[in-house]
This record gives sequence, structure tokens and C-alpha cells, in this order.
Amino acid sequence: MSFPHLLPCTLYPKKRQMMNNINLIIGREYSTRVRKKSFILMTLLTPFLMVGLVFVPLWLSSIKDGNIRNIAVIDQTGVYAPLFESTDLYKFQTKEQMPLLGGDIFAILEISGDLSENPQAVSLTSERQAPQDLQSIIRRTLNEKVTQQRLDALADSKDVSTEAITQVRSILDSGSNISLRTLRQDGEGNVQESSTVLAAVIGMVFTILIYMFLLMYGAMVMQAVLEEKKSRIVEVMVSSVKPVKLLIGKIIGIGLVGITQLLLWGILVSVLFGVLSLFISMPAQPEIPMASPVEIGGFDIEGIMASVMNFNWLEIIVYFILFFIGGYILYASIFAMFASAVDSDEDTQQFMMPVMIIIMFALYAGIYSVSNPDGPLAFWASLIPFTSPIVMMVRIPFGIPLWEKLLSLVLLYGTFLLISVVAAKIYRVGILMYGKKPTLKEMVKWLRYK
Amino acid sequence: MELKTKNITKQYANHLALSNASIEVPQGTVFGLLGPNGAGKTTLIRIITRITAPDSGEVLINGRPSREEDTYNIGYLPEERGLYRKMKVGEQAMYLARLRGLSKADAHRELMKWFERFDIMSWYNRKVEELSKGMAQKVQFISTVIHNPDLLIFDEPFSGFDPVNAELIKNEMLRLKNEGKTIILSTHNMESVEELCDNIALINKSQVVLQGKVFDIRQQHRSDIYRFRLRGNDFAKDFEITHPTFFVLSQAPYHEFIDLRIKKQDDISNSELAKLFFDRYDVVGFEEELPTMNDIFIKTVS
Repeated sequence: MSFPHLLPCTLYPKKRQMMNNINLIIGREYSTRVRKKSFILMTLLTPFLMVGLVFVPLWLSSIKDGNIRNIAVIDQTGVYAPLFESTDLYKFQTKEQMPLLGGDIFAILEISGDLSENPQAVSLTSERQAPQDLQSIIRRTLNEKVTQQRLDALADSKDVSTEAITQVRSILDSGSNISLRTLRQDGEGNVQESSTVLAAVIGMVFTILIYMFLLMYGAMVMQAVLEEKKSRIVEVMVSSVKPVKLLIGKIIGIGLVGITQLLLWGILVSVLFGVLSLFISMPAQPEIPMASPVEIGGFDIEGIMASVMNFNWLEIIVYFILFFIGGYILYASIFAMFASAVDSDEDTQQFMMPVMIIIMFALYAGIYSVSNPDGPLAFWASLIPFTSPIVMMVRIPFGIPLWEKLLSLVLLYGTFLLISVVAAKIYRVGILMYGKKPTLKEMVKWLRYK
Repeated sequence: MELKTKNITKQYANHLALSNASIEVPQGTVFGLLGPNGAGKTTLIRIITRITAPDSGEVLINGRPSREEDTYNIGYLPEERGLYRKMKVGEQAMYLARLRGLSKADAHRELMKWFERFDIMSWYNRKVEELSKGMAQKVQFISTVIHNPDLLIFDEPFSGFDPVNAELIKNEMLRLKNEGKTIILSTHNMESVEELCDNIALINKSQVVLQGKVFDIRQQHRSDIYRFRLRGNDFAKDFEITHPTFFVLSQAPYHEFIDLRIKKQDDISNSELAKLFFDRYDVVGFEEELPTMNDIFIKTVS
């Protein structure tokens, strides 16, 4: 029947083996994107940015500019001035000690009366905003003295036994360094140390990641569909590939690009954090006796690491991947569906608005859920499929019942199956329609086309 | 491959795209699919290529209903055709060839042959967006025929080509036909229909209104008009034959000749008619004027 002078006869059996073109489509969608300069740059630079956002403030706060700042102490009472000990950064000097008043003075600390009687009788005047650590040094020094003074006064009054006063003093000396440990009890009654702040931070990180990826990669799917339509290649494509396969290949291919980016970010960020925390922890650890660590802005890195390790990372990551996949396919289908129905970027706006609003709402619901992860907003938003991928990630680090997670996943996956069937039907018709922008009503009619 | 469609009907939301469309495309021929814009040609092609499904009716390939895997044996060059702008020409051609079912090695070997034949090897590593429209069309054409399908469907294949390249494509099509391929050609270029097509179907307002061999159709539409070219510029004024069997439609001087168009009135044979002229004038040319496909198209559609 045919005269394959161009091709050897062996070509024909091979034709039949190659029925599955999805792999080819995935391959093209993936490789053209991963090789893009913008992708490579963004993937490599973002981790530096993220790590930088954490470490630069830390690092800056640990830098000493080397200048010793002179603080002039004007103490009418003469009681407090000798208590101030100069540090690496601040040199406290009384009027007498200062050779030349009006020299290089950073701030003036004026104490005008007995602070145990009048706590307001102290002021710090400086040209620039006085740094937090200076304020805390002064506050602590004066507080200690005033406490002593009041205790002395109490001891002198003879109404109280000296023993009691001694005890009070020793209690005060030992400090009241309470650190609140929050514990979490799982279903089997095991109690684990947890940190609410950390849970919130981890939840937010994953939530924002999912939000970003839904938007970025959803928009990428939309662009890809639109580009094929605009460049008029789509009919060439569907003459050898079923539209549904084209759509599936596209969504999977672009999704894999997203996962690649996530993986690379994960690896790069952990390597960078590892390297940098080594650097930071060595020189930045010298004792800063005058101020407590939190006020200096330094972190108790070991403590944090211990709490970080206490989270059930396996669980968090497994759920992250599940919600990521579900959310991505759900939104990618919707984006593809709308993109297939129009032929220009401007026309997408009308359809995109409602989708954007839902995603934005999900993000805000997520942010509010941080402070109340078990409230009704958090609960419902993490079950409704369109918001659940974003909101659920906030709640998971706080630990929530298994049934909620499973129900949320079942709803999400059920919805995306349904939506993607609808999207595929619309897509199949839409990609071959040029001209007038269809109304939603017309798109519903497309569902019934054979 | 022999192709038939049987009573194909396709309804879209608010218009009937095809109504009982039946065509027969014999194997090894070029079949012209004609019709005004929006008549339903593209819908019919999309149904043949299984891009869309008909509401009723069926597509028969070699006498049996068409199957999914038949698409690998069809090469379709759509009217709305493009390429991925950011891809390289070679990469793009490889991708399309592989989508059409070729293995990597086969695809590469075939591409090399075609790129040689079209003399475009130097484009292999250039980006698609750098190509002119005509250049892109060549790449399109190659990716339509690369998998050596038995049925080829070309929708407006000559648009975007200069005359030289249009001729190249025409010759390729004739060569493919001589190899035994079946070709469906949808075009508004009626000259190429007369030149290339063995059979045509004319679709108007979603129905097949005319179908058959090009030769037969033109014969059927003949209107008994004959042309004579006579020598002698002096008798332009004194030309006078009046005869009950014909009347003169027009006469016009052409260099040293005079061209006559006459319409035969009565049943007289061509030789008798000719004799009337041969007896009196120096006849240089005599032919029957067959209607062009263009005339038939316009007459049928309007």
C-alpha cells in the first residue's frame, strides 16, 4: 500500500511502540524550562537571598564598629555613677573624669534624684537614637541598685527580720530566669518539647512556599498553554497527540520543574545554613556579659537546633509534598482551562481575577491561622480544597488530628480529579477556538461536545 | 490509504458545522477539499485526523472504521500552524518527528535527508524566531511528512511561500502522490487545484454540494463556449459570419491576430463549426473553453 522508499520497513513496528507521547511532552516542557537562564539564576540566587535575610541582620548586630562611645554620667546623688562599668562599646565617665566636657560625647545620662523614691528621675539624651543594648545596660544597672536600695531601706526599718531580707536577696541574685518550655503530647501520650514560635515559623515557611509555587507555576502553566495557542502550534501538536495527553504532559513537566527548584533550594539552603552557622558560631560566641542573649539579637543556636529537630520533619515534608501536588494540579488545571479559552494575555485577566482572589484569601487565612491554628477559620479553610493546600501547612507543625489531615487530602484530591476532568474537556475545545472570547456559559456548553 | 467519510454530522453550540458529509478519497490521488471560509472544511479535517469526534457518521480507512493508531499514519499540516518560537529548528523538528512516532535514530536520519533535500541544513541550530515565514513553512512541511504517512492532509499549504518554494512544495506533493500516498489538499488557490487534484469535494454551508473527478466536473459545467484565434489584422472590421448555430460573445485584437469567443447555439458538431471558420479564415487556434475551477466554485457557492 505504501512505498517507503525514504524509510526502511522496520520503522513501522516502532511506530506502534511509541504510542505514549506523554514522556516526550514532559521532557520538552521540563528541559526547555530548566535550561532557561532565568530559571538557573533564580534557583541559585534565591537561597542566598533567603539565607541572607536571616544572617545579615544577625551578622550586622554582632559587628562592633570599634568606636568606643563616651557616655557622660551626670549624677546629682553620686550614688549611681560609680556603678556603671565601661564595656567594649561604651565608656561611662563622670563629669570629673572627663577632661574636656563637650568633647566626643555620644550620650548624656542624667540622674537628678534618688531613684528608689522617684523612678522617673533619670534620662538619657543623645543625638541619635540610643541603641537597645545601651538602654538595657543602663536599665539593668539602675534596677539592680534600686532594688538593693529598697531592700536596704526595708532592712533598716526593722519591721522585717534580717533573715528574711537575706533570703529575698539571695532569691533575687539567683535570678528569675524562667524560660517557658512548651510541651506537646501526641496521641500515644508521649510528651515532646515543642516551640510555638518555631511551629509558627515553620508553618509560615511552608505556607508561603506553597503559595508562591501555586502562583508561579500556575501562571507558568497558563503561559505555556497560551503560548501554544498564540504561536499556533497547538493544532500541529494535537494532530499527533491527544489534547488530554498534551495537557497532562504539560502539567507534569512544569510541576517537575517546580519540584526541581524546591529540591535545589532545600539543598542549597541547608548547605548555606550549615556553612554560615559554623562561621557565625565561632567568632560571635564570646560572652557578652552585660546583656542577655535575646536582647543582643544573638540566638541560642544550639537550643533552637534542638527544638527544630524535635519537629516531626518526615510528617511535615510528606504532607507538604502531598498538599503541594494536590494544590498544584488543582490550580494548574484551572489556569490551563482558562488559558485555553482565550487567545491573548489581556483576555486572561478576567478569568484570572477570581482565582487570584481565592489564592490571596488562602494566604491571608493562613497568616491569621498562625495565631489561632485551631480556630474555625483555620479549621474550615484547611478543609476546603481551594484553600487547604495553603492553610493546612500552617497548622501541621502545631500538630492536628490525623482525621483532619486525611479528610482535607481526600477532599483536595477528589476535587482536583473532578476539576481536571472538566478542565481537560474545556481545554480540548478551547485550544482550537480562535476569535471571540467565550463566556462562561459557552464554556459550559463545550463540556458536552464530543 | 483509501479514505471515506460517511454521513458525518457535527453540531457546535450554535451552528451546524457539518451535515451528512460523505467524501471518498481513492488511494494514491490528490483530493481537493474546497469551500468558502467557515463552510466546514477544517471541521471535516479535524474529524479525519481524530482531533475531534463527529456527533454521528464515521470515518473509514481502507474500508474499516478509523482507529486511534491511524493518526500515526496521517500527516496533517493545519492552516493555523506555528512552531515553538524559543526552540531551535533542529530540536523542534526532532520533537515533532518523535511525537509522530519515530525513534530518535530514525527521526534524526530522516530529518537529515529532508534538510538536505530542502537545502536548509544551515538552519539546524538556529532559533525558530529567527526564521522568515517561508522558512518556518518548510520546517512545518518537513514535520508533516517526516514519518512517511500514507495519508497527507495539507490545509492551505502554499500560503507564505514565494513562487519558487511553492513550486518546490507542489513537486514534493506530486512526488508523494507518485509514491502512492493519498493527499487531501484544502486550498482557495484554484489554479493549484486544477494543476494537482484528481478529485474534489466542494463544501458549502456545512454540506458537500459537489464531488467528483476534476475532469468530469469541468466537463459537466461546460457551457458550449469556443475560442478561435484568427490571423489577419485587416479583417478586424470586416469579420462577419452570421450563422444560426452560434453567436459571437466577443472579439478582440491580439497582436496580429483576432480572438473570438462564440457560444454554440444549436446541436452542431465541433468539426462542422470549425469548418465554417476554416473555410473562410486562417485559423491559428481553436479550443473549447472549459470553465475554470474558480468559475465553478463561484457559480456553485453563490
